[in-house]
Amino acid sequence: MSFISRGFSGRSRERDDRLPPGQTLVHDFPVLSAGPTPDIDTADWEFTIRTESGVHRWNWDEFTSLKIDDVDTDIHCVTHWSKLGTKWRGVSLDTLFEDIETEQDYVMAHSYGGYTTNVPLDELLDGKAWVAFEYDGEPLDPEHGGPARLLVPHLYFWKSAKWVRGLEMMDQDEPGFWEQNGYHIHGDPWKEERYW
Amino acid sequence: MSDPSTAQAPAAGLPGGADAALRAVPRSGWHVATVAATHRETPNATRLELEVDGWPGNAAGQHLDVRLTAPDGYTATRSYSIASSGPGTRVTLAVDKLPDGEVSPYLVDEVRAGDMLEVHGPLGAFFVWSPAAESGDARPVQLIAGGSGVVPLFAMAHAHGQVDDPTPFRLLYSVRTPDDVYFADELRALAEASAPLRLDLVYTRRTPDGWPTPAGRITRELLEHAVIPATDRPRVYVCGSTGFVELVADWLVGLGHDPRSIRTERYGGT
Repeated sequence: MSFISRGFSGRSRERDDRLPPGQTLVHDFPVLSAGPTPDIDTADWEFTIRTESGVHRWNWDEFTSLKIDDVDTDIHCVTHWSKLGTKWRGVSLDTLFEDIETEQDYVMAHSYGGYTTNVPLDELLDGKAWVAFEYDGEPLDPEHGGPARLLVPHLYFWKSAKWVRGLEMMDQDEPGFWEQNGYHIHGDPWKEERYW
Repeated sequence: MSDPSTAQAPAAGLPGGADAALRAVPRSGWHVATVAATHRETPNATRLELEVDGWPGNAAGQHLDVRLTAPDGYTATRSYSIASSGPGTRVTLAVDKLPDGEVSPYLVDEVRAGDMLEVHGPLGAFFVWSPAAESGDARPVQLIAGGSGVVPLFAMAHAHGQVDDPTPFRLLYSVRTPDDVYFADELRALAEASAPLRLDLVYTRRTPDGWPTPAGRITRELLEHAVIPATDRPRVYVCGSTGFVELVADWLVGLGHDPRSIRTERYGGT
């Protein structure tokens, strides 16, 4: 149903193949949050993975002693901005799940502050997701999710849960906080899975 | 499509229960909007009255996407808060012109009555307010706006006045100069209407003549005096630039407000 907007020419035609449909390139780093930024001391921080057989737990020192990946990736926010070539450091979900056996196929990510977001497990493995604690060579800012956030760059960025504190395995896919409040259950930017 | 008359905002607090999926917010979709009227809101902003074909109504505080298409097929999409609420197909936007903007200068300076726009919405089910009679939450409400961040908060204050909701409302509105106040007449009228709304304006660059305090940014001390105290357990909605929202939300938490009672929305970047 698209039609031409009278008098609109647009700012630029430098269309980058790395930009999904409906996205605009930005150079700053906008913030999307539903509430205040939580203040989390790494001395109190812990990360857990809860499966049908039990809970796996890491404190900050244990976590940052795991194998750390350098990640260079594009990120896409549902609010129409994308950033290209962002640089992160963090622990791959492959590393975290190395010694974990689970029959459950779905994950609910839980954050400090109470937020949740859902992702199928197979979208977090095979080099597709990290728990990141450095951005652009610096410790991750609290307003961008520090001390650590999930990083799932092939999905819209709300899936990259800020202030992440754990993953809960589930038998079935269930909507998290953002998904209950209007965002798509899956969130593929290339299919423009923005809203339900 | 859901019946707009049953449109409801989520209950207060962070969701966690399965009942959230049952919320009857209107379903979003693409619609053709015809510009019914434009009005210069401030020197830098325009109010757009849209007649939106098939619009399912919206809750106060929701937003929509506007998509513009150039003759060669190039498109640009941006999100805008909605200044109106309720059932019906009339939708009000108030758009601030960003200095390096691509879409906002078009909406502020170019669009005129009769033009058509593609809109997608209504969007967002968290940064919304619904009357105490629907939400069952009669706690007082504190709105805190920075600049054009007042738009969704105006929608809430207006909805509160429309239904004569008895919940105490207070709006703290930080704005550069008296000329930059959005919805100035409407806010004044709401502050004098029977639904309780207290309006506190803070001018950051220039005050009206005879204003009791000099121009300046919001401080923690000012915030403490101009918002409903934490002991009254208000629900708080904060909207503005990222810097404004971060600062205000941090101060609110420091002043004892429950982080779960503070909802934020930021504009910026694009």
